[in-house]
Amino acid sequence: MSKLEEAFISVIVDRSAMAKIFQMADASNLVTELRRNFDAGVTRGYEWRVTQLKKLLVICDKHEPEIVSALHDDLGKPELESSVYEVALLRNSIKLALKQLKDWMAPHKAKTSLTTFPASAKIVSEPLGVVLVISAWNFPFSNSRIGRIIMTAAAKHLTPVSLELGGKSPVVIDSDTNLKITVRRIISGKWGCNNGQACISPDYILTTKEYAPKVIDALKKELEAFYGNNPMGSKDTSRIVNLNHFDRLSKMLEEKEVSNKIVYGGQKNRENLKISPTVLLDVPLDSLIMSEEIFGPLLPIVTLNNLEECFGVINSRPKPLAAYLFTKNHKLKKKFTKTVSAGGIVVNDTAVHFTLPTLPFGGVGESGIGSYHGKFSFDAFSHKKSVLFKSFLGDSAIRYPPYSRRKLGLLKTLVNSNLVDTFKVLLGLS
Amino acid sequence: MEAMKETVDQSLREMRETFASGRTRSVKWRKAQLGAIIEMVKDNEEKMSDVLFQDLGKHSSEAFRDELGFVMRSATTALNCLDNWVVPKKSNLPLLFYPATGKVISEPYGTVLVLSSWNFPISLSLDPMIGAIAAGNTVLLKASELSPNASALLAKLIPSYLDTKAIKVIEGGPDVATILLQHQWDKIFFTGSPKIGKIIMAAAAEHLTPVTLELGGKCPTIIDHHSVSKDMKSVVKRISGGKWGSCSGQACISVDYVLVEQSFASTLIDMFKPVIRSFFGENPKESGCLSKIVTKKHFQRLSRLLNDPRVKASIVYGGSMDEEKLYVEPTILLDPPLDSEIMNEEIFGPILPIITLRDIQESIGFIKSKPKPLAIYAFTNDKNLKTRILSETSSGSVTFNDLMIQYMCDALPFGGVGQSGMGRYHGKYSFECFSHEKAIMEGSLAMDLEARYPPWNNFKLNFIRLAFRDAYFKLVLLMLGLTKGVRK
Repeated sequence: MSKLEEAFISVIVDRSAMAKIFQMADASNLVTELRRNFDAGVTRGYEWRVTQLKKLLVICDKHEPEIVSALHDDLGKPELESSVYEVALLRNSIKLALKQLKDWMAPHKAKTSLTTFPASAKIVSEPLGVVLVISAWNFPFSNSRIGRIIMTAAAKHLTPVSLELGGKSPVVIDSDTNLKITVRRIISGKWGCNNGQACISPDYILTTKEYAPKVIDALKKELEAFYGNNPMGSKDTSRIVNLNHFDRLSKMLEEKEVSNKIVYGGQKNRENLKISPTVLLDVPLDSLIMSEEIFGPLLPIVTLNNLEECFGVINSRPKPLAAYLFTKNHKLKKKFTKTVSAGGIVVNDTAVHFTLPTLPFGGVGESGIGSYHGKFSFDAFSHKKSVLFKSFLGDSAIRYPPYSRRKLGLLKTLVNSNLVDTFKVLLGLS
Repeated sequence: MEAMKETVDQSLREMRETFASGRTRSVKWRKAQLGAIIEMVKDNEEKMSDVLFQDLGKHSSEAFRDELGFVMRSATTALNCLDNWVVPKKSNLPLLFYPATGKVISEPYGTVLVLSSWNFPISLSLDPMIGAIAAGNTVLLKASELSPNASALLAKLIPSYLDTKAIKVIEGGPDVATILLQHQWDKIFFTGSPKIGKIIMAAAAEHLTPVTLELGGKCPTIIDHHSVSKDMKSVVKRISGGKWGSCSGQACISVDYVLVEQSFASTLIDMFKPVIRSFFGENPKESGCLSKIVTKKHFQRLSRLLNDPRVKASIVYGGSMDEEKLYVEPTILLDPPLDSEIMNEEIFGPILPIITLRDIQESIGFIKSKPKPLAIYAFTNDKNLKTRILSETSSGSVTFNDLMIQYMCDALPFGGVGQSGMGRYHGKYSFECFSHEKAIMEGSLAMDLEARYPPWNNFKLNFIRLAFRDAYFKLVLLMLGLTKGVRK
């Protein structure tokens, strides 16, 4: 069994539950059919693409209740999260594509220069061909271990990849912030987003020792306002996706020197796959919960003597998919956006950049390769082909052997695109 | 090897420290390095020409046109445009997000590895480095051991012109490359064969390192003799110049083979002969204008391709070889068997197969039956054929009525697709090649929308539905209680 197969199967707790196993022959047939249709030119036309996008829209419009229901069955996802983060976002994405597709498909003129004169140039977007999409929200595909396996497999065929992975997205809280709004936005991005099981969920908080108690109090207050004083019973958070991950998160919570750092929550119910919103204070930096992407409803707070230390902490770790900062201080904002390397950075909010089609969404380093959303999606799946149209005018002997000093001189001036010098050489004056 | 491992460790450590210090981020530093590259090439033009002659028998004109002049121009462009390239790009955000702002900033990846090829050892080393430096990275270059004099010269000159703590050169062959690839880089840029490209990408995958692979392929040249008949002389000159006038056909964008209609083939061959003679004289070996084959191994490969009896039988011009001088005469084949080795691997040498077709339209199907090449060339004035080529074939680039020149146009991205590579560079694309485009969104702490937060209810759900549809008017109605729900 290949590493890839092993990895895929390892997350399925009950192997016997796999009904029909997809074999090599099935894959081969699928790819052959797709390639045949692509080669026939079926997908190239604007009309075909529009038709398919419109059909996707119909699915959103006509089948939203079924989608919501399925997500509720799979993840206990609240209706609002499904409607908003899955269906509405998708609907918007399709509508944008429908509106802009003609523009996106149009060739883009490129400038030419004296060295290629006379010529005209353009860049044409062409489809890559047959594409494989392996989607997330099903574990463990949103992780860098699998990313490596995929990229290694792709290397055998020189297939370009976009890898949307994850990481530990830090949230830095400055004491000058509006704490109530800060905390609400963190809760919204963490527990309000598949219960922390999202690649851009705030993973851990960095703040000063002094400010931490205020942050904890604010979190407690708002968490209660959102989920009531019996959060395990609240229908407004998703459950943990499966036993595998429930046990993984439990292990994080139960580790020595971690379990005694819980300052809020910590309730678990294995039968219902529920873990209550949990906040921890100053767990050891080498604990499991601070070494791996949490991907769950646990939020450690790491305190610093001085907020400036946050840069050292963040930059000593693998680059995350997102980094968040809450502050009113312009200098700090500038330093953060300039020096913290992450897929994307949001100041004074969390996770919302995911919904913006005008910002490229993707990772860097361990958090991924490539980006998408809006036009970036179109680009991610296109090859930008350069096209140069030349005429037969001006076929200069200097291009061809036998080479001579004069030819070399002329070449030099042309390469430097210096018209005056070019004329001088042409006229034999240099 | 232990010593080499230690050198690599040390170099990487120093480059990482330098990057972390922020020195390479400054535009001033980047410009200083780019200026130093121009100076380095200007000051050492003769030495560089010499090593190119030693390694490849390259004439100084070719050396200037394809390598030295090209590099100076590339560095000058970067120097002149850098202030523009580093400016963050504003993104428009929907009204709902007001007053939040969005932008994308280009940040350097960090520590970058450039592995260059032997055929244009100066430009294929320095041009990617120009991009890496312009983008603010630290960079380590390993040039090819198959062009040892060029590699040694770069190893000597670069430290004396550029910032040694940020820009380093290591010499060596596959064993050194293997050591380098075991380390984690923030980006790898490789120019070479698809076979090695796969190895590089697999090694990069261990560290999730993004790669740009400039590979090769069989670049076909279509001659639609019907529509270019009055310019046929130019066509033949351009093809000859492109094939034999640039490193003896040992270039990734060289003409690999020609496609032409059966009826015109013999006329075409007859037109090539005088042109080749006018370029290289009666004895091309002594012309000084034809580069040599890089090594005995490559010579033997080309020899093997030609010695296939069925291929030998198809030689209509040239065919002579001299192993000692690493010389292969400009050679033309007519219809070698399509299943021969020479028609199934990138030739990378001065041998030009002419493949005949009944109708030039068949060239499309022919090209599609092979892996996607780095470039497709077509000599035609037929609008229909041009459209078909553009829309039915796939390649890194397409050039009509000329060859190789797309390389010089720095407004056009240069790169492959499929087997011919991934990623692109030249001009601004070089800067982007070595940058991570980081999205930045800045929100306001001044106001908050209750509808964002649990506990959920119908009002909030409707609010958000409307917000997503940018239905601002209906949103206002909802908030004023003048409408209850939203049609799903």
